[in-house]
Parts: sequence; C-alpha cells; structure tokens
Amino acid sequence: MSQIFNRSANTIARLSIVLVIVAVVGTLTLLGVIYRSTYFSGVGVAIEQPIPFSHAHHVRGLGIDCRFCHTTVERSGFAGLPSTKTCMTCHSQVWTNADLLEPVRAAWKSGLPIPWVRVHRLADYVYFDHSVHVAKGVACITCHGPVDRMPLMYKANTLHMQWCLECHRHPDRYVGPKEAVFATSLTPDGKMNFDDAMRFAELQTGGNYGDYWHIGQSDESWAKKYHVKGTNKMADCYTCHR
Amino acid sequence: MTPDFKSLPVLETKTAGCGCDAEAHDDHQGEDHAALEQVRDRLATTRGKDYWRSLDELADRPEFRRFLETEFPSKHELWMEPVTRRDFLKLMGAGMAMMFFSGCRKPLEKIFANNEDPESRVTGKPLFYASALTMGGFAQGVLVETHEGRPTKIEGNTLHPDSLGATDVFMQAAILGFYDPDRAQAVMNRGIVSSWGALVNVLRGEMIAQQGTQGAGLRILSGNVSSPTLVDQMKQLFKKFPKAQWIQYEPLSPHGATEGARMAFGEPVQTRYALENADVILSLDADFLASGPDKLRNARMFARGRNLVGGKHSMNRLYVIEPCPTITGAAADHRLALRASDIETAARALAAELGLSGFNKGADLPTAAPAWIKAAADDLRSHRGRSAVIAGESHPAIVHALAHAMNEALGNNGRTVIYTEPVLAQAVDQVTALRTLVDDMMEKRVDMLIMIDGNPVFDAPADFNFAQALDRVKTRVRLGLYDDETSNLAHWSVPAAHALESWTDARATDGTITITQPMIEPLYAGKTVHELLSVLLDGSPRTSHDVVKDFWKTQHQGLNFEAFWKTSLHDGIVAGSALPARRVSLRSGWANGSYTRSTDLEIVFKADPSVWDGRFANNGWLQELPKPLTKLTWDNAALMSPATAARLRVDSHDIITLSLHGQSVKAPVWITVGHVDNSITVGLGYGRRLAGRVGNDKGFNAYPLRASSGMGFSSGLSVSRTGESMKLACTQIHHGMEGRNIVRGATLTEYQRDEKFAEVEGDNPSSEQTLYNSPKQDERVGWGMSIDMNLCIGCNACMIGCQAENNISIVGKDQVLRGREMHWIRIDNYFSGDPVQPEFTHQPVPCMHCENAPCEPVCPVGATIHNDEGINEMVYNRCVGTRYCSNNCPYKVRRFNFYQFADEDTETLKLGRNPDVTVRGRGVMEKCTYCIQRINVAKFAADKEDRDVRDGEIVMACQAACPTEAIAFGNIRDPKSQVSQLKTEPRNYPLLGELGTRPHTTYLAKVRNTNPALENV
Repeated sequence: MSQIFNRSANTIARLSIVLVIVAVVGTLTLLGVIYRSTYFSGVGVAIEQPIPFSHAHHVRGLGIDCRFCHTTVERSGFAGLPSTKTCMTCHSQVWTNADLLEPVRAAWKSGLPIPWVRVHRLADYVYFDHSVHVAKGVACITCHGPVDRMPLMYKANTLHMQWCLECHRHPDRYVGPKEAVFATSLTPDGKMNFDDAMRFAELQTGGNYGDYWHIGQSDESWAKKYHVKGTNKMADCYTCHR
Repeated sequence: MTPDFKSLPVLETKTAGCGCDAEAHDDHQGEDHAALEQVRDRLATTRGKDYWRSLDELADRPEFRRFLETEFPSKHELWMEPVTRRDFLKLMGAGMAMMFFSGCRKPLEKIFANNEDPESRVTGKPLFYASALTMGGFAQGVLVETHEGRPTKIEGNTLHPDSLGATDVFMQAAILGFYDPDRAQAVMNRGIVSSWGALVNVLRGEMIAQQGTQGAGLRILSGNVSSPTLVDQMKQLFKKFPKAQWIQYEPLSPHGATEGARMAFGEPVQTRYALENADVILSLDADFLASGPDKLRNARMFARGRNLVGGKHSMNRLYVIEPCPTITGAAADHRLALRASDIETAARALAAELGLSGFNKGADLPTAAPAWIKAAADDLRSHRGRSAVIAGESHPAIVHALAHAMNEALGNNGRTVIYTEPVLAQAVDQVTALRTLVDDMMEKRVDMLIMIDGNPVFDAPADFNFAQALDRVKTRVRLGLYDDETSNLAHWSVPAAHALESWTDARATDGTITITQPMIEPLYAGKTVHELLSVLLDGSPRTSHDVVKDFWKTQHQGLNFEAFWKTSLHDGIVAGSALPARRVSLRSGWANGSYTRSTDLEIVFKADPSVWDGRFANNGWLQELPKPLTKLTWDNAALMSPATAARLRVDSHDIITLSLHGQSVKAPVWITVGHVDNSITVGLGYGRRLAGRVGNDKGFNAYPLRASSGMGFSSGLSVSRTGESMKLACTQIHHGMEGRNIVRGATLTEYQRDEKFAEVEGDNPSSEQTLYNSPKQDERVGWGMSIDMNLCIGCNACMIGCQAENNISIVGKDQVLRGREMHWIRIDNYFSGDPVQPEFTHQPVPCMHCENAPCEPVCPVGATIHNDEGINEMVYNRCVGTRYCSNNCPYKVRRFNFYQFADEDTETLKLGRNPDVTVRGRGVMEKCTYCIQRINVAKFAADKEDRDVRDGEIVMACQAACPTEAIAFGNIRDPKSQVSQLKTEPRNYPLLGELGTRPHTTYLAKVRNTNPALENV
C-alpha cells in the first residue's frame, strides 16, 4: 500500500504551521498598527466644525488667553466650552455681517446651542480633571499641542492610556512653571513667543516637549517644587478610574 | 376539620370549611418544633453571647448549610435558563457585527455649549441647593446635588431641625422616584390625552357654577398640609366659597395623636421630643427612631445619649413594648413583646405604677409583663425630668393621653417632651373627616372633587367603599405623580410636579418653614397644587413661583425682601420660623372613656418600611432594599412568631388567607423572631395594580382588611391555610460569615468592669505571620473607616445612600432569590439570647479594604489591586469575571454583575446617575470603593492648594446619610483624625482579624444598658 502522504507533505506541514503563526502575529500586528494609526486615533486630523473657528487666528493672531473662552479650566475637571454669548461679546462689534459667523448669530437669536464637534474625547470610565493638571504646572500645549498653529482644531496626541501614563510615571519630564501654563508657545525661559514656529513644528512631530521646560533649569525639578505626587500615586488605577 | 385544630383555639370557630391540606404541613410542624427544641438545646450548652442570623442557622438545618456552602447559590441554574443555543449564537453574531462596524470609524460626537452660561454654575462641578421633600405633610430638609442642572443625589440639610444633615431611605430614593419613567406624563381626560388649557376651561366653568351655591358642591381631598402658602390659598378659597370643604387624609398619619392631645390637654398640640435630655425612654409601640417626620432628629439625639466614645461610661436606656420587632424595638435595652391590643393595657398598668389615678387600671397582662413594667416604672421615676414616654403612632387616643399624663407626672414636659401649636393645617380626626366626605359623595352632595396627591381609592379605609362613592361625583379631578388607582377613576388627571421640580413651602415638626425650590423644570410638564388652586381662585393659572413668592412678600416684615428670600432659599429654612414651646396642663377627667381588651388573634397594620403606604411602590431601590429585621425584598408578608406559625401549622413562604370583617386576603407567611404570639403583622402599601412597571402586582394588598374601626390593629382575624406556597426573597442568610466571632457586645456593667471586652487574642496577628508580601503603604495617608455598632439602629439609610451615590443597579426578585443583590454595604442582623425574645444587633458591612486583601492574589488579571493609601481597588476594565476574588473574600462584600443589570436604555434614568462613577456592565465584579470619587475630589482640592486633606473633608455617602453618626471615615495614619481616635477606643475590633487581613474598616462593639432589676425577669 502506498503512503497516504508523500515526502513533500512534511514541508507543507511545517510551512503551514509557520504560516499560521505568521498570519496570527501579522493580523494582530496589523490591528495594532491600525489602532495606533492617525486614521484611528485622529491625531493630526483636523475636524470640520459648523463654524470654521480658528484657534490660530484668535490665539496667535489676537493673543487671546485660553481662559477667556475655557473659563472653568482652573476650577473644574471640564475646561469649559465658550457660550454663544462669549462669541457675541466681540462679534456683536466686529465682523457683524460676516457670512462665516451666521451660525453664531442664528444661535444667539434662537437660543439654541451651536453643535460643535468634539475633538478630544476620553472614554467614559476615565475621570480626567483639568484643574489639578493646570494647578500643578502641566501646560495646555503639553497635551493639546500647538493650538495657536491650528486653523482648525485637531488632536495633537493619541490620548491613549499609555500616553497618559508616560507623564504620570515621569512627571518631572512634563511639569513646568505654573506661570507658563497658559503660554501657547514658549521660549526656554518660559516667556511667550508667538513667532517660535520652528520649535512648534518640532514639538508637533513628536519631539519631547518636556525637554523645553528644563532648558536652563536642569537642576530644579518643577514636579518636586509643586509637590507632584510620586508614581506610586499618579499611576494608581483609582487616580483616573473609579 | 382535623382534630389537630383543637389546639388552635382561635381557628376553631373561624376556619370551618377551610380545605387546607393538613397532612402536607404536619411535617413542617414537626420540623418547627424540632427546630425550636434544637435551638433550646444548643443555647443551653453554649456559654456567653451567641449570635445567630436565623432560626435555620441556629438549628443548623440542612437547607441553611446547603445555601451557605454554595458560594454563588444556584450557579448551575444559570445553564438551565431558557437562553437557547440559537439565541446565544444570534446574540453573539449581532455583537460581533456591531463590534466590527463600530470599530470602522469613531462616530463624531456633538458637544453643545450654553447660549449663555448660567450664573454660578461651573460645568463639571456639582451644585447643592437647599430644599425640602415632604412626607405626611412635614418638610424634610435636604441639599440636592445637581450636575449641570440634573438632580443626582440627596443629602441632608444640617440647618434643618428634622434632618440635621441626615437622610432616610425615602429621601435618598427620591432621586429614582423623580426620574421614574412611569410617572404621569400628560393631562388625561377620561383616559384620552388632553391639555392643561382644556382643564383650566373646565375648572373655570365649574367654579362659576359653584359660585351660586357658595361652593357647597366643592370638595378638595389632599394629604396633610403644612405649607403656609397653601394654607393662605385655602383661606382665600373659603372666603370665595364658604361652603366648600377641604379634607386632609393620610392613611398612616398618627390618627390617635391629635385626639390624644385633645383628650389630655383640651387642645390638639403637637408633641415632639428632646431625647438629648432623656436618660430613660419608654416607647409604647412607637417606632420613633424609624417612622414619623421627626425620626432623624430622634435617632440623632437618641444616639448622642448612647455614645460611649471618649471614655464615657454612662448611656441612656430604652424600654420598648411592641408586638412586631421594629428598628426602635431592636435598639431597645429591654424589649417586651406584647400584642398591639395589650399596649393600651400596658400603658394603663405603667401609669398606675407611676402613681397616676382616675382611670381604669386595665386587666392582667401576660406573665412576665407586670414585673417588667414595674421595673421600667421604677427606672422612669428615678429619672424625673430626664425621661420620656412615647406613645405609638397607630394607637388610640387614650394611649397618647396616658403618655402625656405620665410625662407630666414625671416632670418631663418642657424638658424632654415639647409641646407646640399644631404644625399641620388641620388638627382634626382625619378618619371622621373622610367618612363625612364619603357620605356626602354617596348622597350626591359633591359636584366636584379635586384629589391632590394621596391615593384614596387604594388606601382609604375598606368600609368606606371610596371607589363606589367616587362614582357618584359629577366631576372628579386628580393631581398626582402617577396614573394610579385613583387617577384611573378620575375624569381629569393632571401630572403633579415632583418635589424636586416645584416651588412650595412646608414646615418641620417644630414649625420651621422651608421654602422648597425646584432643581429643574418639570420633566413631564407637571403642575403644583398652587397652580391648580390659582385656577380655582382666579380662573387662570399663575406659576407656583409667583404664588409662593407673592405670599412671602406679604409675610416679610423687614425692608429688604430679596435678601430675606435669598437667605431663606440658600439656608433651606426661614430663620426664626420655629414655633415656640407651649405650656400645657392636664385637663381634669381626661381619662374618661371605655376600656376594652380583646384576646382574639389580631392583625397589626404597619407602614411598610420600603414602600410606606404604597406611594413608593414603583421605586426599585426601595423595593430591593432588604426591610430592616425581616430582610425581605420585593414583597410584604404576614409576620408571625414561630409559636403562632407552629400553632397555625404553617411555615415561612406558605400562603394563608387572612379574613376580617368579611374581607379576605391571601398572604405569604414569614416567621419573625421576636414577634409576639397570637398576633400577625402585615405591611401596607403592597399589591398595587397601577403603580407602574416596577411596583405592579408585587406583594399583597392589606388595605381591604383595614377598616375605619381598626386603623392600627384589629382583633377577630381568622386565618386559614391555602396549601399553596411562594418564594419570598429574603437576604438574611446571604453572605453568611460562618458563625465566627464577628459580633461582639456586652452590657454596660460588663463594659464598666472591663472596657476591653471586645478584645480577643489573635485579632491582630503580626504582619510576619503571612507568606504574602504586604503591600507598600504610604506613611502619612491611609484611608479607614470605623463603624460604631452601639449607635447603628439598622435603618438602611446607608445602603440606599450608597446605592444612589455609586450607581448601584437593582436586580429583581428572581436574582435576589439567587443571592445576587448588588448593595455595596449591607446591614447584617444578628439575634442573641432567647430565641423567642432575642436581642438584636446590626452590623453594617462594606468592603473592609484589608491591607492583606485575600481577593487580590487570586485575581488572574490584576483587576483588584492595592494602592498605597490602603484602598483595595477594583478595576472594572480589567475584570474578566472569574469571581475568584469573591470566592476568596471572607467578608462576602464583592458583588458580581451576572447580567446587564444597569439599565442603559431608559433615557430619564441616565440623567439621574452620578456622572462621577462608572456604570458597570455585565460580567464585572464590583464592590465598595470607599467612595473613591469623593476621596479624589478632596484630594484634588487639597493638591491644588498644596496642602493635606483635612480631617472630615471626605464624607462617605453612607456616613452622610447615617442619622446616628455611626460611621466615621478618615486618614488612619494621622493619629489626630477622628477615625484614628475611634480606632484607639477600647471597644474597637476588626472583623475576622485572626485571618491576618488587617481590615481598614473596624467596628466598635455594642453595649447594652440593661436594668439590673430586670435581669431575672
């Protein structure tokens, strides 16, 4: 009786084992890559809004402080979204007839809110608090990126847990002077510098922003100065999840 | 009739024709006797205190063993459930498809800003508004937590005299009641959706018609009223329609109290108590710690007099005479079980012992009672001016009058017992008033009846035939929260605005006025009583805000009304509005009146501790809350003593027929330890037909047995067996701790002799006695809790406070039967001593947050871990549902989501959740987190100011609700914190400390202040 399998079956068997492993690992890797891709995380993808509000114009162009619109950032977990009235404080005086601003005026007349599209969204089981970060010297740009260079708002970081933990494990790398928290782009001495475009390009492309804080101050850790808690507390599950 | 019935004297004449199958129950009877015998034998051989949780446990019945030994009772049944393979595949397939498609692209989420930011609101931070909920007409001061305009949690108002910062179960559950999707949502005319405008037109026409007769055909029926604004509107109404009538009826008002005061003093004064001044308190079936509008204050003051913290060696003493164990009875140092029909006799005997005269001294009481009463009387007499006698809500006027006389004789008036003018608008006999109304309705003298709140069709005395009389009224209008039994028979039903969405005002028991402010616009366009009355008065509706504010403008004397208005709203009380204490004196001949005593089998009607008179029937939190002492959920039952049950040859879960005055009701039996013999207690408020999806057809309706002649209790009950049985969902034996030394207590004398009686060797084994590494701990911060069992009265406020704070789901009766209730903190009942007249101990059990937590090493995925502040964390996203942690938890405090218990579909329920706490899904373990959201808020606040968290800054939800301040929380590594101080008390002990778990929650042992003179009685 002839053998059921000829010799080549051995090779095929080995090959198929290898291929299965490669296929499984490959699929998982691919899924991981997709999950981390900007397509999925939305990093760097500008989102269309009902009104093409430009942070670049308002922040860099006009020099408006973050807190003018995001009023509760120092008091609450939620940074706050400007009310239509906040828009109208200026736009009842300037650009009163601009077509672009028609939705604002319509909202103001009708009393219905403007349906902005959310850019930064954390999962429901994450309890992030803006106020405590701001109070401890984590600057707006550290997480939100060069907002003053964003004609339309986009996410500068993935907001993945791994990304959060990077800072929660090494706060010394990211915590800077409280005075400069609301600065939109910074020179090494912590002063505002709106023309520092090059630096921001660097930052945006994954440069370690933290290094900027410590230029010229390498012997003093801001995290220590502000009594930022150690990793044992900051990386504790219940710090962000409840 | 079987010869066995001969031994049942009561049944002999009344159960003729009952076709019960006696054979089947003979076994039970035998078992019961055997159980009781076993119990007695066991007790005879044990020394010292022995605590047990049920007679089954005490007798060590095999059923109990079996239940306990299966950690997750009936887990195998999970596989037997009718989820077919096909359904399973279908669900899985749908799930996979959804996962795939939702993964493709994240949906864009809209985010809406305000058009104009409301003043003082900070998005993401809760605001607290002072307001009041009303119960039986009285205000209960609350602070309502609102998130972005949505009320989410009720806390007590420390400034309010009847709250003092505490809350009860009903106040806590008001949030769920408010968001109840079954509330009435539209104005209905004869079952068809109509409009408020249409009703206004109809009312206008009716009022014009009534003007001719001066309102002779107009009747308004409402619950108790204390609102000054409403009283003012009522006066205006009577001015316009002098012959109109306003009847107030509450099925569970203390109907005898008003008449009792009139009997004793000639005027219907309001009685309240200053228990902080009382050393000896005697209750004549008064559940003053757990029912009535002043219960929270009573409980707080009672507990202050019992607090032994700080080296105190004296405490007050409580005597209670009652038929069925209540929270007050369970808190007693000496409890005498007497039939409700004997309470009056006991009151007479006690008054006689105290030297009062001029009344019938009554008949003889059962054997032990006279000596007990004498000892109590001696004790009261030796505490003149520092004692109090409190008469039961459900007892006739004479009992109240006797209590007044005794307090006068003991010199308590003005010291521990305070009298004021009546607080409620009408101090009349409500039953008589309702009878007159029903007679008028039957005689067709009523053209229009407006029914405000209440539910008279369901809860009026059975002999009034209210529904039948209602049929003869030409126009029937109802303002109510639900389309219930009464709305169903009304021509017009109007959705009422909930207390959290209305402007009104109400008074506390001491007269203090709260102006109630709304938290939110009415969810379902509900109307308030003020709006309805303004239509009757002016023909056009006015907003309740205007009605209330305009009234207060006329009341305010000073110059700056706006400042007064704002301060009153902010504080939740109108300053200086309390009624002054009055001096009253006994009338001569006050005790006239006949005396009768019945020895027949009696039925006692009690407010159900969960659904009250039926108004909370549709509230799932309350339905699933194990009732104090019986630990029943989702049902009421006929409670009776083991001996009575044996005599009737029934066991728990058997269904019996209760017959009285020609009315019969079928009810399941629940054998209740400590219940008096020859008496059956039933809870009112169940058996609703039109309560809503949660409350419909739960339990049995006991109102048909309740006639105007016996509102509190009635004798002449006959009982017959039906041979049927049902399953009652009782949590008493769930989560048992195998009878280890976990409840510790002593008498005051023992405590005085040995302060450290609760200390047991081996409680705190050194950390080297374990193979596991202790987690690294912060040296400066560690959270811990201390629970004083001496103060805990077992009122359940903590359980439901926790439920509201932590988004805890309800699971339904079927799941409770399988031991799957979700409460993060439970209250365990323990009995000790004589199984017929036991002593009670309550032990609230949240997560112990052990330093060496047994749950942690067994988790394969690290879902439960320790932080360096001593908190045993539960990470929902990591949990895969192995349940090993729960298996390994010696305290049985972990709860598993066997199904998707959290309702994620009902829109209104989403609004009511605490946004600071994750809503758990199916397949996830959960447990007490020490309210981590509250800890974090305080920690962040402290961090922002670069300081440490202050002692007392973090208040747990259970702690905030507690009326007796039994729970303390704080930093146990700060020796000066309150909780650290409590943990150095000699009575401090850990639960199952010998296991080396080193729990961060510890207990202070219970102390009873027993009377040496009663030791041998």
